[in-house]
Amino acid sequence: MSETVGIVIVSHSLDIAKGTADMVRQMVGSEVRVAFCGGNPDGGLGTSVPSIIDAINDAWSAKGVAILVDLGGAETNSEMAVEMLEPARRDHVVVCNAPIVEGAVMAATEAAGGSTLAQVKAVAEELSAD
Amino acid sequence: MSMQAETFKSLVKVAAEQVIASAPELTSLDQAIGDGDHGTNMKRGCEAVLGKLDSISAQPLDEALKMIGKTLVMTVGGASGPLYGSFFLAAGEALSHDKHLPEDLADVFGSAVNAVSARGRSHAGEKTMLDVLVPVLETLKTAAGQPDLIERVRATASEAVERTAPMLATKGRASFLGARSVGHVDPGARSSCVLVQAVCASLEGGQ
Repeated sequence: MSETVGIVIVSHSLDIAKGTADMVRQMVGSEVRVAFCGGNPDGGLGTSVPSIIDAINDAWSAKGVAILVDLGGAETNSEMAVEMLEPARRDHVVVCNAPIVEGAVMAATEAAGGSTLAQVKAVAEELSAD
Repeated sequence: MSMQAETFKSLVKVAAEQVIASAPELTSLDQAIGDGDHGTNMKRGCEAVLGKLDSISAQPLDEALKMIGKTLVMTVGGASGPLYGSFFLAAGEALSHDKHLPEDLADVFGSAVNAVSARGRSHAGEKTMLDVLVPVLETLKTAAGQPDLIERVRATASEAVERTAPMLATKGRASFLGARSVGHVDPGARSSCVLVQAVCASLEGGQ
C-alpha cells in the first residue's frame, strides 16, 4: 500500500475536531493519517496556528495533507499555518472549502483509495457545489 | 539603547496596553455581530507582545516588526491573528527591502494594508479593519510631510470607524448576520482605530 494523503481537522472546538476525527477513523479505517486540533492558545474556543502546524506535521504524508476547517478564523489560521511550514511542505498542503464533518469523511474516503491531493480536495469540495 | 529603539519600545508598549484596555469594548462589539472573542484574542496577543518587548525592541526595526507579527499570529487564536500578523510581517518585510522610516511611511503602511487585504481576501467597504486602515493610508499619502499629519491621521481613524456602523458585512463572521450587522461598529475596525490612536498619542507625547 503506497502512502495516502493525510487529513487535518481544524475546529474552534477540540470536541468537534476530535469527534470528527473519530467518525473518520470509524468510517474509513486507520490507513489514512488523521490529525486534529481545536481551541485557542488558552484552551478556549478558537484556533491556534502553532497547533495547526503540529497537526499538519503529525498527518504528514509525501502525497500531501488536506485540511478541513469549520468557521472563518479556522480557515485564516490554517492558511497562515501552511505559509509558515518549511518551504518543501508548503506546496503540498491545501485547505478545502467543504463542511468539516462531511468533508473530512469524503476526503479521507478518497484518500484511502490512493488518490492525489488534488483529487481529495475536489471530492471534498463537491459537497459545497450547488 | 538608541533613541529610536527607546521610542519604538514605548510606542509598542502604549499601543499594546491600549488594546488590552479596550478588550471589554472590543468583546461587546464582537458579541453584537461576531463570535465575541475579538477582545480576549487581541488581549492575549498584545500580552504576548508585551512579554517579549525587551527582545523585540533589541532588534533592528524591520526584524522587530516581523517579531510582533509572528507573535500575534502564534498567540491571538482568531482570524485577527493572521490579519494583524500579516500587517506587521509585511511592514517589517518592506523595511527589509530598501524602505526607510519616516520618509517611506506611506509606502510601508501601504504594503502592510495590502497584506491584510490579501490575507482576508477583502477590501474597504466590507465592514472590516480595512475600513480604518485604508482611509488612514490615504491620509498618510495626502498629508505626508504636513505639520498636522498626526492630527489628521487621528481624525481620519475616528471618523472611519464610525462609518462602519451603517455598512453591511460581507466578510467574516458578521456576514452570517446579513442585514442585522447594520447599525453596529465593526470590532476589527475599532481595534485598528485603537492601535492607530495609540501610536499617534505616543508619537505626540514624544515630540
